[in-house]
Amino acid sequence: MALTLELRDLHAEIEGKEILKGITLRIEQGQFHALMGPNGSGKTTLSRVIMGDRRYKITGGGIFLNGEEITNLPTYERARRGLFLTFQNPVELQGVKLFTFLRSSYLVHYPNDGRSFQEFITYVQSKARLLNMDTTLLSRGVNEGFSGGERKKAEILQMSLIKPRIAIVDEIDSGLDVDALEAVAKSLKDTIYSEPRMGVLLITHYQRILKYLSPDIVHVMIDGKIIMSGDYSLALKIEEKGYEWIREIK
Amino acid sequence: MDKGDKIKGLIAENVNGDNIITRARYPHIFEEGLNKSVVEEISEIKGEPEWMRRFRLRALEIFNSKPMPNWGPPLDIDFNKIRYYILPDEVKARKWEDLPEEIRETYEKLGVPEMERKYLSGSVAQLDSEGVYANIKKKFEEKGVIFLDSDSALKRYPDLFKEYFFKIVPVMDSKFSALNGAVWSGGSFIYVPENVQIDLPLMTYFRMNMQQEGQFEHTIIIAEKGSYVSYIEGCTAPIYNVTSLHSAVVEVYVKENAHVKFTTVQNWSRDILNLSTERARVERGGRMEWVSGSLGSKITMLYPSSYLVGEGASASHLSISLASDFTWKDNGSKVIHFAPRTSSKIISKSISLRGGTTVFRGLVRIPKGSVDCVSHVQCDALILDENSRNFTFPHNEVYEETATVTHEATAGKIGDEQLFYIMSRGLTEDDARSMIVLGFLDDVMKEIPLEFSIELNRLIKLKIAEMGGTG
Repeated sequence: MALTLELRDLHAEIEGKEILKGITLRIEQGQFHALMGPNGSGKTTLSRVIMGDRRYKITGGGIFLNGEEITNLPTYERARRGLFLTFQNPVELQGVKLFTFLRSSYLVHYPNDGRSFQEFITYVQSKARLLNMDTTLLSRGVNEGFSGGERKKAEILQMSLIKPRIAIVDEIDSGLDVDALEAVAKSLKDTIYSEPRMGVLLITHYQRILKYLSPDIVHVMIDGKIIMSGDYSLALKIEEKGYEWIREIK
Repeated sequence: MDKGDKIKGLIAENVNGDNIITRARYPHIFEEGLNKSVVEEISEIKGEPEWMRRFRLRALEIFNSKPMPNWGPPLDIDFNKIRYYILPDEVKARKWEDLPEEIRETYEKLGVPEMERKYLSGSVAQLDSEGVYANIKKKFEEKGVIFLDSDSALKRYPDLFKEYFFKIVPVMDSKFSALNGAVWSGGSFIYVPENVQIDLPLMTYFRMNMQQEGQFEHTIIIAEKGSYVSYIEGCTAPIYNVTSLHSAVVEVYVKENAHVKFTTVQNWSRDILNLSTERARVERGGRMEWVSGSLGSKITMLYPSSYLVGEGASASHLSISLASDFTWKDNGSKVIHFAPRTSSKIISKSISLRGGTTVFRGLVRIPKGSVDCVSHVQCDALILDENSRNFTFPHNEVYEETATVTHEATAGKIGDEQLFYIMSRGLTEDDARSMIVLGFLDDVMKEIPLEFSIELNRLIKLKIAEMGGTG
């Protein structure tokens, strides 16, 4: 069954400060949503709250998967039900080899995978090569000393192995130069459009990555609320005029 | 036949018996407390030579005259509430079912084979491994290697034993070395002749005629010129012991260009105080490696030492200690560079969780005249929660300008962001913690013999899970 993620009037705060002020959103598997907004509008908070980051407190509303409430479910349970988050600044895991990490997380999702250890290495290496990723990174600590671009590729590699049903992609374009951006966008596209198609909530500050990816719906978030939704032309308009005009309309 | 052999004969005849004979004959052995007559009885039962009996008595006097250490973890020991000698037969008579449940559970979780479980729990005195290891043993013996329990070594090689017994560790070294001198029993005795390289690690499992591992073992390793031996002691499965004090002495003699690797992994049950003395004397061009994994016990105080007495000698000290559930691991290393161009490397990794305390004490001394010595000390601590603690006391005494001494220390916690990141991939919080801890240990894991690193991996995962471990 295809997965549907729903946010119903979701409110969340951190250290007493309200960041999400009533978000309602419905993402079906196979749909591609883009979420745009200026710095500090709460986009990253939204991605973390969906994934169950305990540092945020939910103060109202809820999160639902196929109608079942998951607002209080631990992070790993959400992941096991098909949600995935690529991090804007993925943390370093000292001494935890990327390959070990990939294998452990893969086996959580595919416990009956018949591949031997050796076959899995070959499989991961082929996936990494598709992303133009240096395969020696696999034997390094997760994100340990990785460049910005390498970290983003490692995130996409994980996504392409786990094949989540709905992925939240948080500012995968940040800190990349134009060439790296194009490469990352292409890999991302291959990953999310491979069958079975994922649902995607792609968070970005800029329109530039969207031109490679053609989202179905574009949402604009300002000050903890989604205040406008539209098709791709909305992203182009933001590119041209910035966010101020939306504030003025509202 | 001397008296000790008679006793052994009696015990052998009563393998399935209820040790009535031994009880009747030595009733007071089963009492708690330490005095002259207890020490004399131990010596008598073992049928020891006169010099050893006198040695034990002198050690007892030293023990009585020495104060308790005035530093380190709180030691509250009532020496009159401890039993100092356990007859092998008495231990053997214990039933598997009599073990505390958590120990049985841990064995099962660790997947320790049934035969080993019975051995470890003391419900059989000897591992049924003679068939498997007979060939290995034969190979050793053809090369002149001696590998015996220390009591047997004293009987069969009295002069050799005497030459090395309590030499690098003087009996007056501390209250606990003196205690070992008075009541020692068991341990391993290893002699490797000149230029003999033993390619397989010697493990306590291989040792024949093994007495039940006591709580006061005395282990001696002698590696003659140009020889190599790797010795592995203990195991990762929790050891359940009848008494609450373990105080061993280990003496290692590394001759010219010889190389000894001593690996010890202990997971004593949570009521045991582990206060042991381990020391090596390393001659010209020799190399000593200490690898220790300290997982169990209530309190451990253990500081393996290397005395580098010959030019170009080197020592490597690597320790992993884990303190959980209000236990205290006081570990460290001591290296004294008595000779020029000697080098040492000390790496300590400690993990504390659920109220555990880890302490690192390091001492590196380079006296004037020991030119061109190199020493590196690295101590890393990982603290898993708010209730747990780590203290680090590195101490370098360098009196020689040509020395190169470096020191690094880190203390870290598991970050919320790391946990969140790993869990977002579908791993549970326990798995996430284990993964971070094993990552923290990654750079030392490769130094640990493979069979242990696998067990250690499994054990750490167990310890981190709430249900885990007993240590």
